Amino acid sequence: MAVKKQTFEQAMGRLEEIVNKLEQGDCDLDQSLKLFEEGARLAAQCEKQLDEAEQKVSLLLEDGREIPFDREDG
Amino acid sequence: MSLNLSNVPVYSVTQVNEYIRDLMDDDLLLQSILVRGEISNYKRYPSGHHYFSLKDGSGALRCVMFRGEALRLRFRPENGMGVVAFGHVSVFPRDGAYQLYVADMFPDGRGELDAAYERLRAKLEAEGLFDDGHKTPLPEYPHKIALVTSPAGAAVRDMIRILGERWPLSEVLVVPVRVQGDEAAGEIAAAIHNINNRADIDLIITGRGGGSMEDLWAFNEEEVARAIYLSNIPVISAVGHEPDVTIADYVADLRASTPSNAAELAVPDREGQEGRLEDLRYRLAMAVQSVLADSRRKLDRLKSGRALRSMTAPIQERRMLTDSLRRRLDAAMAGQMKDRRAALGRCAAGLDALSPLKVLGRGYAIARAGKNVVSSIGQAEIGDRLDVAVSDGVLSCEVKDKEERSWR
Repeated sequence: MAVKKQTFEQAMGRLEEIVNKLEQGDCDLDQSLKLFEEGARLAAQCEKQLDEAEQKVSLLLEDGREIPFDREDG
Repeated sequence: MSLNLSNVPVYSVTQVNEYIRDLMDDDLLLQSILVRGEISNYKRYPSGHHYFSLKDGSGALRCVMFRGEALRLRFRPENGMGVVAFGHVSVFPRDGAYQLYVADMFPDGRGELDAAYERLRAKLEAEGLFDDGHKTPLPEYPHKIALVTSPAGAAVRDMIRILGERWPLSEVLVVPVRVQGDEAAGEIAAAIHNINNRADIDLIITGRGGGSMEDLWAFNEEEVARAIYLSNIPVISAVGHEPDVTIADYVADLRASTPSNAAELAVPDREGQEGRLEDLRYRLAMAVQSVLADSRRKLDRLKSGRALRSMTAPIQERRMLTDSLRRRLDAAMAGQMKDRRAALGRCAAGLDALSPLKVLGRGYAIARAGKNVVSSIGQAEIGDRLDVAVSDGVLSCEVKDKEERSWR
């Protein structure tokens, strides 16, 4: 399933929705397993985003360009 | 001889006090008033409230300053000190006495800055710039945060460091401005305005490290207050250390006590989110586990025919129905086992103990004839070849004999 990469917020939101739906227990087996699979994928994706996140800091120049911000010297 | 009062109204003390209070509360001047006087009888109660009187040559006015306001005072009031207090006059019904409820206070004659500050504060407050109703909620997970501050100095580095530790997913854009001197207010206001024309920023933090009132003055300028007020993007003010409350603090959607504090308030906490994720993952596993257990129970019930026992249909019809239901369930189970196996395997790290495949590890086996899972002796004939899945592989077997047994 080709899906546009979700933001952390969207992924967490969808995961929460899936868990709530599954916990209500009114999905059939096939639907439940599909939801489970999607949920597991989302959880892995969120974890990956957290693990791999690297803070990006840039400095806005007067001419509108953005350059990497030097954190050491400010 | 006693008075006959049956024809004139008689009021209770409480009624009188409340009547006077209502009169005063309706009075515009008393609602928002600056009073000059000398402090006497100053008492700080353990509750944090401050009680005192303001005196001049010929009179005294009782005053109370509640804890929240008193904490924001930028000086330590002493008896004999000349001050200007800002607040409203109302009645304290318990004592039947009126008093000044002080919202803010500053030493009299301390200079024009204080007076200018108080004038602007009162003006903007009256205009509604500080109204809670206007405050914009902060995004829970900001994508890109603009720091409107000096690119030099400790404040910007503290903010970047804390943002990075807590939530590296948020991008940071440093929008350099002067935070001190005559140009500062104009630059800060223009920066906030320009950021509002960009599409990528969803949170602004503006501020600087602590300093004297003069140092922080840019954040007490009307230009900055209005730019913050007009910003569609939520703004956190982050000026100086705790006791300094600037006009910008009042207008901002959220006031942080320091730049570091602003960084903490701006983004979620990584550890907290990891915990939330773990929790969701666990609940996900438990929920699917319970769905699987339910399905298994349903299947068992169908096999034993118990579910149909109460039905009145002829036996032949019942059997056909049972068979058809069983075939559908078997097919569904078999298909899912195969299709989902890969998916389940991927989640195995976190969910291993709860995975349906885990039953294989406990010595159960799944027998298949071709694509179909064999759950009944009726599904295989003597001589058929079956694939039997165990925890680490598949055994190819041949059916040598069939015998019906009840496991119940």
